[in-house]
Amino acid sequence: MRLTLNIWRQANADVQGAMHRYELDGVSEDMSFLEMLDVLNEQLNAKGEEPIAFDSDCREGICGMCGLMINGMAHGPEVTTTCQLHMRSFNDGDEITIEPWRAEAFPVVKDLCVDRGALDRMIQSGGYISANTGSAPEANSVPAARDKAMRAFNVATCIGCGACVAACPNGSASLFVGAKITHLGELPQGQPERDSRVVGMVAQHDHEGFGGCTNIGECTAACPKEIPMDVISQLNKDLRTALKNGH
Amino acid sequence: MASPTLVKGVRSTRSTIALKLTMALSGLAFIGFVLGHMYGNLKAFSGHDAFNEYAHHLRELGEPLLPYGGFLWVMRVGLIVALVVHVVAAVALWRRAAKARPVSYVAKKNQASSLSSRTMRWGGITILLFLVWHLVNFTIGKVNPQGGETNDPYNLLVDTFDLWWMTAIYLVAMVALAMHLHHGTWSALQTLGLTNTAQSRARAKAVGWIVAVVVAGGFSLVPLFVLFGVITK
Ligand code: HEM
Ligand code: FES
Repeated sequence: MRLTLNIWRQANADVQGAMHRYELDGVSEDMSFLEMLDVLNEQLNAKGEEPIAFDSDCREGICGMCGLMINGMAHGPEVTTTCQLHMRSFNDGDEITIEPWRAEAFPVVKDLCVDRGALDRMIQSGGYISANTGSAPEANSVPAARDKAMRAFNVATCIGCGACVAACPNGSASLFVGAKITHLGELPQGQPERDSRVVGMVAQHDHEGFGGCTNIGECTAACPKEIPMDVISQLNKDLRTALKNGH
Repeated sequence: MASPTLVKGVRSTRSTIALKLTMALSGLAFIGFVLGHMYGNLKAFSGHDAFNEYAHHLRELGEPLLPYGGFLWVMRVGLIVALVVHVVAAVALWRRAAKARPVSYVAKKNQASSLSSRTMRWGGITILLFLVWHLVNFTIGKVNPQGGETNDPYNLLVDTFDLWWMTAIYLVAMVALAMHLHHGTWSALQTLGLTNTAQSRARAKAVGWIVAVVVAGGFSLVPLFVLFGVITK
């Protein structure tokens, strides 16, 4: 198939970027979206032009590196990561607009690559449990109720890709923070630091320049792991509890 | 660009979520008020004397514990405080959101959000503008758009809504209120952390629909029935 691509090009963080137009022929519908971009880059290389910078790592939907805004949708039209999106989701002759995640807290590094370090700093500010090192504890010594363990596991599938931030009109990272709060808060190991975790993560969230949540739900719709909105309710509840406890 | 540092001296009270909690609580106070207000307005269906009797009774409520009109003043002070809190928080969060995405997308699709959720801020401004006129009309100014008497609450109401364009203005405001409540009710429950399952989330959204339809629908009845000549002087 033949495509027209409108792609954001920006040499580095300090200069202005702009949309550039590329025509690409001979795209197979079995290619992944990133393979399609690889083909375009081979052609740019052959012409001696600077290839388009975009992130990827695992290319199997588990690392969260590959986020792109495709035709106004984070990770494009399917519920999956950009690397797992295939060209059969598009039609011959389509025009596709490709942009980096847009957020104050995700500065563009180059072209389509952004710095998602803000997510790591939120983890550093509370998204962990403290555990003693040494030999592994006996597996069944701390019982976890099945429904809580299931909920924790379901939201632990968050890969930190940043699609929730990219899709949110407020540029909020509440779905990401909520996923971590719920994941750790449902498990016995997460209890000792529960109050300080939510206060620390939310403070770092606000400090990074993410917006506040208005519960509109674009984040969930964009999430490749289908993290549900109720993690944001859990986040709000945990913060309210910490408030009550004087944190 | 955000500074890549870890924040120190964190307090739950300074967070965006605390700000949202104040919005949710003041919003819920408004919902309680508009439900009571809407119910009171329906007294217009019982005729001139019953309606004015009710208006008078509101001023006597709580006597002798409260002075004449005391209950209304308690309500007014409460509502003014709630309004200031609600609007100050809304403005603060709006400004934050604007700064959180300094470069906008060339293409952006909304995939899941409702129209009412995306128009909360402009809808809120619409309600605020309407509120100013509404108070000038019936409370502070007592303006009779037909130029008639103003010290008889029932007759002022009938004179106002006899004008089709006055009724139209009120109906537009009720659409704005309905949309604000459709998203606002569910959003407040979510902000308070009461929607931790898919089921409770669906229920909160249903409550949003019910509150919106009951409040805006109930308020719209009196103007419409005046305009169509059912409620008359
Ligand atoms: C007077 C002008 C008003 C303005 C400027 C205003 C503005 C806003 C804004 C910007 C939001 C946040 C929306 C969001 O987070 O998605 C909001 C939420 C809300 N508003 Fe208003 N509003 C006004 C009046 C009202 C009234 C009269 C009511 C009720 C009758 C109301 C009830 C609510 C509720 C329940 C929420 C949800 C709180 C939450 O999201 O947690 N508001 N309002
Ligand atoms: S490259 Fe790892 S999730 Fe897409």
